[in-house]
Amino acid sequence: MAEPFLIGDKMTGGYGAADILHECTLAVNKGQIAVIVGPNGAGKSTAMKAVFGMLRLRGGHVRIDGEDISQLSPQDRVAKGMAFVPQTHNVFPSMTVEENLEMGAFLRRDDIRSTMEQVYHLFPILRDKRRQAAGELSGGQRQQVAVGRALMTQPKVLMLDEPTAGVSPIVMDELFDRIIEVARTGISILMVEQNARQALEIADQGYVLVQGRNKYTDTGAALMADPDVRRTFLGG
Amino acid sequence: MDFLNAIVALLNFVVVPATAYGAQLALGALGATLIYGILRFSNFAHGDTMSFGTAMVILVTWWMQSHGISLGVLPTALLALPFGIAATALLVLGTDRLVYRFYRKQKASPVILVIVSMGVMFIMSGLTRFIIGVEEIKFADGARFIIEPASFKAATGLAEGLAVRTTQALTLVTAFAVMAALFWFLGKTRTGKSMRAFSDNEDLALLSGINPERVVAVTWIIASGLAVIAGSLYGLDKSYKAFNYFQLLLPIFAAAVVGGLGNPLGAIAGGFLVAFSEVAFTYAWKKVATYVLPASLAPDGLMQLISTDYKFAVSFAILIVVLLFRPTGIFKGKSI
Repeated sequence: MAEPFLIGDKMTGGYGAADILHECTLAVNKGQIAVIVGPNGAGKSTAMKAVFGMLRLRGGHVRIDGEDISQLSPQDRVAKGMAFVPQTHNVFPSMTVEENLEMGAFLRRDDIRSTMEQVYHLFPILRDKRRQAAGELSGGQRQQVAVGRALMTQPKVLMLDEPTAGVSPIVMDELFDRIIEVARTGISILMVEQNARQALEIADQGYVLVQGRNKYTDTGAALMADPDVRRTFLGG
Repeated sequence: MDFLNAIVALLNFVVVPATAYGAQLALGALGATLIYGILRFSNFAHGDTMSFGTAMVILVTWWMQSHGISLGVLPTALLALPFGIAATALLVLGTDRLVYRFYRKQKASPVILVIVSMGVMFIMSGLTRFIIGVEEIKFADGARFIIEPASFKAATGLAEGLAVRTTQALTLVTAFAVMAALFWFLGKTRTGKSMRAFSDNEDLALLSGINPERVVAVTWIIASGLAVIAGSLYGLDKSYKAFNYFQLLLPIFAAAVVGGLGNPLGAIAGGFLVAFSEVAFTYAWKKVATYVLPASLAPDGLMQLISTDYKFAVSFAILIVVLLFRPTGIFKGKSI
């Protein structure tokens, strides 16, 4: 099998002296959705940050399109086509929606209008609110701004850290639909989710992490069907 | 007639001077608030940055005067401004490279940076005094008045004269031009927007590829420009004395905090609020009251709330009241 587009291979590391991740592997293919689920404190967000270079690895590698990027800073990884949406503080609150999108495209010197048009097409509400400060928007709309900002870099991989945290179930479904749409345009998506059941439903690939280790790895559907996974992580 | 006289007296002794002073404070507070918003600390050296810059402007003014260069009715110092700004920006950027960057790399907490800026303040203040001395210097030349009291009296037939000095009018025009330019820069240009983004959310700005060192450098340059313009206008309007500039730090920070630290619009509103409060509290209202009130109620005393020697108490009181009751300021700024 060919190597996945983005892979964090046997990553080991942590913030301080102790390791949080132990030979943890995450990968996503082109245009597919990979979801990381697991109990609280399993190292889900940490694993994602490790892929993005916000964590020093003591072992393992991160490769994108076959190129080893383990030594690159997060900013340099942005230039390599990765975009990251943090869980919180993911917009510029005092700036308008449009300015938020412009900042997302800060490194681009070409015409960004068509990309912005795509974002407005994906999230029509943002077009109506484009002159409004992002800090004044509701939680769900703010997440859309955050995802929109990340898409403005025209990334090849979009990394989302709990995009549905703190939004209502209706908005959550809506966001998941949008994420599927983004994946259909050929962008790979790697995301951490608390709402494991809904997330695995849309996932091509699922990773269940426990204490920084890969516990189960399979397609989303297979994990949903696995009685062990269901009993332990999905509540029956 | 008495009522008109009261209005003219009020304009002459309160409104005109306070407006000019307010514009100077607003420019100073804008610089301080920009640094707070982007570098995330209160820069105690801002007053002495103004002092150093004004000293440079004075030196260049003297040099120009000795070579017979002048601006006619306008003060020569206006021509010297760009040189003063350039010299100050170089000094400040050098300081950043030598001092602040070290602490930035360590991600030092704001309170440490405040103390560091105090150290910078002492050195800058010493350097300035070493270069230009501690004496009071008047460097305004050109026409003194736009409206002269005597001719105003003759023209209107009023007992009260109105004076508008060239430097006061110049202060207002320059201040508004600079503010308009600053808001255009922050609101419309790529660099300006990246500065606002950096101030809003530093981590996300980094994720968007905004270069923090560039944002910091541009901020220092703009803050130096604002400081030198504010300092020179203040010096033209009143006089230059190194110690007075150190003292200006208090009303400048009061203005920035009242308006909401990190909020440019707030800094401007705060500047005028502090200036008007200061002048209103230290003005002897006897003259205006005598015109307006009936003779039986005419005041015996000066009706001066506090002596001008205590004018900084007004800023201090405003600062404390705001911090107690509305720490984020009138406009939503960051709380300290």
